[in-house]
Amino acid sequence: MKHYSAFAVAREALRYHTGWERAWRSPEPKKRYDVIIVGAGGHGLATAYYLGKNYGIQNVAVIEKGWLGGGNTGRNTTIIRSNYLQDPSAAIYEKARSLYEDLSQDLNYNIMFSPRGVIMLAQTQHEIRGYQRTAHANALQGVKTEWIGPERVKELVPIINLEGPRYPVLGGLWQERGGTARHDAVAWGYARACSAMGMDIIQQCEVTGVRSDNGRVIGVDTTKGAIDCDKLGIVVAGHSGQLAEMAGFRLPLEAVALQALVSEPIKPCMDVVVMANTVHGYMSQSDKGEMVIGGGTDGFNNYTQRGSFHHIEETVRALVETFPMISRLKMLRQWGGIVDMTGDRSPILSKTPLQGCFINGGWGTGGFKAIPGSGWGMAQLMATGHSPLTEAFSLDRFKEGRFIDESVAAGVAH
Amino acid sequence: MLILNCPYCGVDAEETELAAGGEAHLKRFGPGSSDSDFHDYLFMRENPKGVHFERWRHANGCGKWFHAARCTQTLEVFGTYSAQVYEPPQEIRDAITAKRPGWTWRGFE
Repeated sequence: MKHYSAFAVAREALRYHTGWERAWRSPEPKKRYDVIIVGAGGHGLATAYYLGKNYGIQNVAVIEKGWLGGGNTGRNTTIIRSNYLQDPSAAIYEKARSLYEDLSQDLNYNIMFSPRGVIMLAQTQHEIRGYQRTAHANALQGVKTEWIGPERVKELVPIINLEGPRYPVLGGLWQERGGTARHDAVAWGYARACSAMGMDIIQQCEVTGVRSDNGRVIGVDTTKGAIDCDKLGIVVAGHSGQLAEMAGFRLPLEAVALQALVSEPIKPCMDVVVMANTVHGYMSQSDKGEMVIGGGTDGFNNYTQRGSFHHIEETVRALVETFPMISRLKMLRQWGGIVDMTGDRSPILSKTPLQGCFINGGWGTGGFKAIPGSGWGMAQLMATGHSPLTEAFSLDRFKEGRFIDESVAAGVAH
Repeated sequence: MLILNCPYCGVDAEETELAAGGEAHLKRFGPGSSDSDFHDYLFMRENPKGVHFERWRHANGCGKWFHAARCTQTLEVFGTYSAQVYEPPQEIRDAITAKRPGWTWRGFE
């Protein structure tokens, strides 16, 4: 792998950019790998990367049905924050956020991490109490967040309307080092680094079956033939249920569609991320100037990667009352992703009933921000059989009643 | 937009008139049942990619609950039927078989 640097750009400029090489190889699958990861999204690639980097396990294949980063990694609103109420969530999301800080240097790939700050607006008395509680919890967890009043909100977001028609802005939970990153670049950067370690990223290859012997995983069947492995990691978001079924167990998940949209580009007007959970919408401005907007999920099972129009309408309506100046903006694009939701709205990172098979899924509507931390913990779990980051997120927590109940704290915009 | 025919008032109701009620034909386990039955009843849903049976309520209409048979992969609706039954009626199953031969869902076919 050639190192990316200012010097490399200058060198290539002098020779008409003929020296750039492909960022990752596209090999044919080998007969056998130590570890196979199914799903080349952010979480899958990060898992492979930290398996190689932290544990020296480099005989790894990452198998992808479509193209890498083409699922929810490329379909989210790129928000990064770690202001969660419960200790296990704060731990894994803060690990992720802190890894994002120098991920560009680590991967030698510019992921455009922009710690511009995230505000979660409080618009009811209940939310004030909830966010103040979260701020106190975060102080104990070592996550830097702060409760701010409406004047400070106005200072940070001049375009906001504090006296909305339905819900006035009463303050907010402010995380200064939260922000955004270039979502595709996160997948591409991990893919390039994995490929450089000798790992195989096999795209356009769908897993059609999981082979096991005596309760232990021995490989997978794919559209490019059978591949053997010692350990298998299933990291496929919306299709976790299908893969689990192939592996012979069930997951407490339901797949629903979550939508996002972007406006036409406008001049810079908002340099923080704002989330308004009571009225149901969140917004940030991309480097191109587009307003990036996200809302809620549909209430019913759906695998189509397209959602219902009235949810877009609700989201836009909520944001127009919070930011009246966007009312005349045209929307350019809208898309949907399939998110897998658990009963307590927290993810599953766990061993499974099939020995040697591990699952990382159930991130629901909040997976992008967790990518590095999720990969870090999942790699530790797969390599050593135990990880303090993932321990609380095991599959048996539902049976044992150890819920990590974040739906109260995070509401819709998890 | 999803449109379901309400079997009670006969209206072709658009999605904004309806409230989704989750998976249909759940067998309820309460006090006295085994941990694993209670766990499955609370958390394990079929979550199929394909034929699915659900409960819906005509919330902004006649207010009645009913059942719907739907495909989660294509959003195609196979039919709606009364809430007062424990399993899908034969004509709904036939309608699904006509379009998805060989379908199964939690022991029904």
